[in-house]
Amino acid sequence: MSFTFTEDQRLLAESADRFVENEYDFSARREAMALDGGFSRETWNTFAELGWLALPLPGDCDGLGGSTVDVAVLLESLGRGLVVEPYQSAIVLGAGCVTTAGSTEQRRRILPAVAAGEHLLALAHVEPRSRYALAHVETAASRDGSGWRLEGAKAVVHNAETADTLVVSARSAGATTDRDGITLFLVDRDAAGVSLRSYPTVDGLQASEVTLDGVTVGDEAVLGEVEDGLSAIEAVVDRACVLLCAEAAGAMDAAVRLTTAYLKERRQFGVPIGSFQSLQHRAVDMLGAQQFARALMYRAAGVIDGADPLERARAASAAKVEAGRAGRLVGQEAVQLHGGMGMTDEMAIGHYFKRLSTIDAQFGNTDHHVRRFAALA
Amino acid sequence: MELVLTPDEQAFRDEVRGFLESAVSDEIRRKTMTGYRLSREEHVAWQKQLYERGWIAPGWPVEYGGTGWTPMQKHLFEEECALAGAPPVIAFGVVMVAPVLMAFGSSWQKEYYLPRILRSDDWWCQGYSEPGSGSDLASLQTRAELNGDHYLVNGQKTWTSLAQHANRMFCLVRTSSEGKRQEGISFLLIDMDQPGVTVRPIRTIDGSTEINDVFLEDVRVPVHDLVGEENRGWTYAKYLLGHERTGIAAVGRSKSQLRRLRQISSVEMSDGRPLLEDERFREKIAGLEIDLLALEALVLRVLSDETAGKGPGPEASFLKIRGTRLQQGITELLFEAVGNYAHPYIPEAMQTGWNEDPVGPEHAAAIAPHYFNWRKASIYGGSNEIQKNIIAKAVLGL
Repeated sequence: MSFTFTEDQRLLAESADRFVENEYDFSARREAMALDGGFSRETWNTFAELGWLALPLPGDCDGLGGSTVDVAVLLESLGRGLVVEPYQSAIVLGAGCVTTAGSTEQRRRILPAVAAGEHLLALAHVEPRSRYALAHVETAASRDGSGWRLEGAKAVVHNAETADTLVVSARSAGATTDRDGITLFLVDRDAAGVSLRSYPTVDGLQASEVTLDGVTVGDEAVLGEVEDGLSAIEAVVDRACVLLCAEAAGAMDAAVRLTTAYLKERRQFGVPIGSFQSLQHRAVDMLGAQQFARALMYRAAGVIDGADPLERARAASAAKVEAGRAGRLVGQEAVQLHGGMGMTDEMAIGHYFKRLSTIDAQFGNTDHHVRRFAALA
Repeated sequence: MELVLTPDEQAFRDEVRGFLESAVSDEIRRKTMTGYRLSREEHVAWQKQLYERGWIAPGWPVEYGGTGWTPMQKHLFEEECALAGAPPVIAFGVVMVAPVLMAFGSSWQKEYYLPRILRSDDWWCQGYSEPGSGSDLASLQTRAELNGDHYLVNGQKTWTSLAQHANRMFCLVRTSSEGKRQEGISFLLIDMDQPGVTVRPIRTIDGSTEINDVFLEDVRVPVHDLVGEENRGWTYAKYLLGHERTGIAAVGRSKSQLRRLRQISSVEMSDGRPLLEDERFREKIAGLEIDLLALEALVLRVLSDETAGKGPGPEASFLKIRGTRLQQGITELLFEAVGNYAHPYIPEAMQTGWNEDPVGPEHAAAIAPHYFNWRKASIYGGSNEIQKNIIAKAVLGL
């Protein structure tokens, strides 16, 4: 057993850290957020050139076949820069669904364009009333001639507006919360009947409420087996949970560094406030929380590839709990230790707090995953 | 990164497991698991068993009688021992004084003491803390004066764990009051079996007497029992602190205690069903299990660093903080788990040779004392607040 990065992983981390350091400072992030769609296409192309988009994609689709640990290495570094480009939604979730559930033809048609940065995907699964229950799908899919007709609403679909294709889950059989009966569809974002109400999110990203009003698609749009979409969704979301934890680990690392630097620089009563023991111990608690959450995240990333669903779920939930608890502590304390400055939009620190908060609120918060972990014992 | 055991590591674990299955008697297993106290003889007998198997000192270099195991193997060994209910090896000899002797001791000290430590011929205790010197250890005042071929030692040590069993003490004493406080301290090996050494038990909140005051009055220590140089003892003591830091996380012990918690919660009834089915309680257990996973993950990372030649840095202090908090968290939930039967206090029930019927379930007898006793964990070995001071300074540069 070894926790040491391989040479490739070390190089990947170095190059992603260098990118964030040299090309993604806080003002660059602000500029990207102000662009149409809320991120920079130019940056996205850079990601493609660097092979980052291809990293987790399969080798026979112009991908690099990277492991979850490899992607975690990348996302930890991107988390340090609060990168707003849609890696989670387009690659981890969207491409993740195509990779996991798609036919060979679908994978070969879609994924090379994704790897090249030319095609964007988004996952439209969560619904206004589903909260964190992945099996709760009210959106309906009914037979329509040789194809399907989709009716329903999807909630907080990240980067839907800029996506070329949405992966939409819909119920083709069973009751609202049945595990069976969910089917995945590839839907053009421009298709008739798809309407978006788009908005920025509190952490500086973009999302949409998606309405599907009599959207018709052909049989070839079905991703994976009819009525068996949930297992793919669960696999993709468990991996996404771990990769959100990777992003959180990077964001926490940056928040600890910024806070420590501030404690050394800010003077009150004639001394740096970092000389006060009560503040020192709180900074240490932040660092400790980050270290444990990061270690558990890598442990989870290392076991979920090829794990059975139970082991995978336990690993993902444990990591999400640890990152949730740690993220809350680090985020809140980072603001507190910055004093009034921590409350300002101008300082980066509050933005780390906000991203750490939304990570906890995505795909199940701490309570949700403690409950899930306990139920899986 | 390779996050599963290699076939070699699995084979090693199976070998250890096989040994422990036959080596740990049911009686010892029962006592260890329920938190009953072992006698000196029981401890020594177990350590001699490990000695005969060649496994008493996994942390030692092979030339001194170590095992040559990798950091990962050592970790697996400790974990399997804890899961099998093997008694913990008393750390003061094998883990604490021995590495100091190897690094700084004279050849006579190494030749004389190290084999005796391996065979558990001596029981060592640690003479560090004093009534006025707790976290501020460098303020210690026990004096040693050179008098011909020996030192005369006068002073008082306190919180000395298991000194009632010990015949040897490694001890920090003041040999100079000049210069910085740290520079006047020496590291002596003291024979406890002599007039002038008085051990007086301290009763703790759990009713036990595992710690002691040790009074030293004109105690004679031959100069050949001075370790290294005079006035360099602080450096040696600090060296000791940098050694084998991952063990302090007690991953194996907490794993085994969490299993016990689950087992007890499955037979304790609450509102007509097993306590384990109570959602709130089950989620509290899950919270601790996740704590344990995170602790284990960081231990494994530190072990990987060690394997790669990077010694445990000050970050290891996190393992102490989190590890002890987890141990305390488990004892707290065990206390909750037994409900009303947390009340009876029958200390004899925890001693060897008690044959009466237990009051309430047998598993409950030691649980409240244990909960009280384990508050020590965040205080000893450098209190958790001291650990935070260390990290603040050494890692964060504050």
